[in-house]
Amino acid sequence: MAKSIVQEFTKGLWEEIPPFRLVLGLCPVLAVTKTVENGIGMGLATTFVLVCSNILVSSLRKVIPGKVRIACFIIIIATFVTVVELVMQAFTYPLFLKLGIFIPLIVVNCVVLGRSEAFAYKNGVVRSLADGLGIGIGFTLALASLGAVRELFGNGTLTIWETPIQIFGPSFQPFTFMVEAPGAFVCLGLMLCLMNLVGSK
Amino acid sequence: MREMIKMVVVLTILSSFSGGLLAAVRNNTKDKIELQQLTFVKGPAIMSILEGASNDPIVDRFKIEHEGGIASFYVGVIDGKTDKVAFESAGKGFGGDLGLMVGVDIKDDKIIGVGVTTHSETPGIGSKAKTDPSFTNQFKGMALMDKFQVKTDGGQVDAITGATITSRGVAFGVTQAGALYKSLKPQIEAKLKEFN
Repeated sequence: MAKSIVQEFTKGLWEEIPPFRLVLGLCPVLAVTKTVENGIGMGLATTFVLVCSNILVSSLRKVIPGKVRIACFIIIIATFVTVVELVMQAFTYPLFLKLGIFIPLIVVNCVVLGRSEAFAYKNGVVRSLADGLGIGIGFTLALASLGAVRELFGNGTLTIWETPIQIFGPSFQPFTFMVEAPGAFVCLGLMLCLMNLVGSK
Repeated sequence: MREMIKMVVVLTILSSFSGGLLAAVRNNTKDKIELQQLTFVKGPAIMSILEGASNDPIVDRFKIEHEGGIASFYVGVIDGKTDKVAFESAGKGFGGDLGLMVGVDIKDDKIIGVGVTTHSETPGIGSKAKTDPSFTNQFKGMALMDKFQVKTDGGQVDAITGATITSRGVAFGVTQAGALYKSLKPQIEAKLKEFN
């Protein structure tokens, strides 16, 4: 039963990678992954919130009364989300404009609340830190890979640090379906299928 | 009963810590956020109006309080002379408020440029007020204290085809800017002298 701390960390990267395995937190996954950069930005913001809230929830788990634990989790999560929002506005304003409403919506992302409720509230600080970091990085990887596929086929570019890099050359006819909302669902479905194919062997 | 009290106490302490932390973060990032918003939202309009400025108009800005609120003025040093300022104004467009930036040469009160900063006009029609410079360029060289109206209302401004309401909004905004400039001119001149 008891996993090592390294295992708690690595499970988030493959075994329990949130959007693909747990199929949780799909709202930002589908909405912001039009470019790689947006995906990475959103993933890192979520990772920060996840790590901080996991640490705080697990260190306060003996103090927080069971009946109001969800309210306490939400206060903790909302605080860190607002911190992220302010810091993003101050330092990466163009990214903030693109992610827009989805930053405040991290508060209701079920990955974050789910980890607090299912993991941090029952485990120690170090384990919760490893868990938050693993799940967060897994979430970032998932968003980045989904963003990469969608941007590559939908626009023929990969955007890293504000500069779109042309991959297919000027004669590429963009498959714009991929950057629209239905394309996100199709792309996510195909990636889930791929993950299951690889995982089943 | 004991449990009730514990719940209330824990939630209260948690909330107040959260409030304190957020207040601290907000205080530390406030100036930076204001600067970022200026650079990315209003910056392009300011830069195109004060083209060729040797200073950074966003850094060299000053505020003047007046009856309607506080107005920010962005100073452009062009050819070594500090006599051009840009400031904000607003009009009503077709889809909502139109944010404008109006630049003026204080020597002869003539407009040196008009730019749209924020708008919610119809893309491709009213949005031309921001993207098509031939509309805003016609204000250049006109006397700012005049009343501006589109030609269909008997004025001097050529409206954008299909976007008369947007054009009216811009004309109204520039007229408002003229009124503000008229009432604040002595203070603007005094502030500009400090820069020399």
